[in-house]
Amino acid sequence: MKALRNYLDKIKPNFEEGGKLAMFRSVFDGFETFLFVPNETSKSGVHIHDSIDSKRTMTVVIIALLPALLFGMYNVGYQHNLAIGSDPGFLMTFIYGFLAVLPKIIVSYVVGLGIEFTVAQWRNEEIQEGFLVSGILIPMIVPVDTPLWMIAVATAFAVIFAKEVFGGTGYNIFNVALVTRAFLFFAYPAAMSGDQVWVRTADTFGLGAGQVVDGFSGATPLGQIATASLDSFQGVVNTIGQPISTCDYFLGLIPGSIGETSVLAILIGAVILLITGIASWKTMGSIFVGGAVMALIFNAIGSTVSMTVCPIDHWCLGGFAFGAVFMATDPVTSARTETGKYIYGFLVGAMAVIIRVLNPGYPEGMMLAILLMNVFAPLIDYYVVEANISRRLKRAIK
Amino acid sequence: MGLLSEKNKDVLFGPLSINNPVVVQMLGICSALAVTSKLEPAIVMGISVTAVVAFANVIISLIRNTIPNRIRIIVQLVVVAALVTIVSEVLKAYAYDVNKQLSVFVGLIITNCILMGRLEAFALGNGPWESFLDGIGNGLGYALILIIVGFFRELLGSGTLLGFQVIPQAFYELGYANNGLMILPPMALITIAVIIWVHRLKNKDLQEK
Repeated sequence: MKALRNYLDKIKPNFEEGGKLAMFRSVFDGFETFLFVPNETSKSGVHIHDSIDSKRTMTVVIIALLPALLFGMYNVGYQHNLAIGSDPGFLMTFIYGFLAVLPKIIVSYVVGLGIEFTVAQWRNEEIQEGFLVSGILIPMIVPVDTPLWMIAVATAFAVIFAKEVFGGTGYNIFNVALVTRAFLFFAYPAAMSGDQVWVRTADTFGLGAGQVVDGFSGATPLGQIATASLDSFQGVVNTIGQPISTCDYFLGLIPGSIGETSVLAILIGAVILLITGIASWKTMGSIFVGGAVMALIFNAIGSTVSMTVCPIDHWCLGGFAFGAVFMATDPVTSARTETGKYIYGFLVGAMAVIIRVLNPGYPEGMMLAILLMNVFAPLIDYYVVEANISRRLKRAIK
Repeated sequence: MGLLSEKNKDVLFGPLSINNPVVVQMLGICSALAVTSKLEPAIVMGISVTAVVAFANVIISLIRNTIPNRIRIIVQLVVVAALVTIVSEVLKAYAYDVNKQLSVFVGLIITNCILMGRLEAFALGNGPWESFLDGIGNGLGYALILIIVGFFRELLGSGTLLGFQVIPQAFYELGYANNGLMILPPMALITIAVIIWVHRLKNKDLQEK
């Protein structure tokens, strides 16, 4: 650490005003504050002196995402091995998934950070760190077979049109990672939905080649539920036709987007986020409540297969848990008032289940639900504040 | 005053860039979103609007001194409606397919803000020749934006231009796919936004403070 600090101090003069590399000052500054807490904190006044800044916040979120990411990598390999009917052992399974996911992470970071760095240089501003989390979220919410160039195009679109034009990190209305996914979903539906994209059947860098076994189907549980008819539905099956249940949904060895399948891994992340106080338990909790209430209402009607899915299954399937823990709690795009968080979360959960159940075209509704409620978050905040003002005004007038 | 004096040149060429009806005055946005998913309807729409604006401007300019002020909007609407009907019939006769793609939007030229804007702002106060140039200029300014938007939406959304395959089959075999979002209206809005962005970047005096 000491050596790194010394090295940074040595090369720092190059980047200051008048130095040889002054034009890259924002890049240097970005790396320096990423590695070390900046010294410029306020020395007086009532501020709380704490070393947590937005870079530190982002780092904690990434740590919280790691269990889901690592599990997602293993699951990519696991699903692949199921599909080709081989069992090369835990390590090879993980390596297969790791090699399949790694290029996506690299593409997402290179494109997104490239744009961020360019914009910061162009405007002569500090580099904003918001993309650190978006960059790891993007590969986690796409199917494993999404082509890299699509991820690059969608990331560039989202960073420019959902973030930079609004003024950069902290000013965006929509969650950047979800805009990336929405762009992919509407622009390239064949690569983002259906039965073909969730399980990689081809080899990765020559690893794990093999023939697909008979009876293979790459449909996700939600996809199966959305297309099933009530009379003939036999229950959800995995990729080779064995029945699976809530316990499997919870552990997450099921087809789906890379990082979203395992509720267990997401729960570990949720605990990290809640203990460090970075995500709000109010938003998170009320999403699950909203989803459950809506699911129970549909259970009472029960006229299609998706209406009969019980609340626990709704929580465990698809991106519900992932969205609730990592997406909807994004402090920039969610509601900020304490009461607003309950309302926002409840509506996200309810809306996700409504889209899942009532729209056969979209087996998964979490992405659209969060994006929709992102739009309403400022409105919710406005009315919560207004209500508070009028309540206090009444008290004062009496 | 010559046929193309300095002032008339301004009237004719101003709307192409610095005073563009779509990207500067923000008029006629809805039809720009609706008809630009392919290049061909965008071109036809541009020509139709240019013809209607130009001739409506001339006619209103000719009778501007006899129109009672209180009923001028009705008179303008009658003139525009007559011209739109003529354009619509011509399209039906000679370009039936395009007319079907444009559907109601030919009829809706009558509600295009550019038309009423030019009639009110220009034709009522200027002579027929200037009004004609103004109509041509504004119509072409509108058509220009439509064609740019239509070009990118058809190229990226369908891989074709005017119905001909432009992006080679080899690209698709390498894994390229058409961008379905370009066909949907949101991307028309974003494409126009990008045009505005580039346009303002080049014309600093148009930038809002």
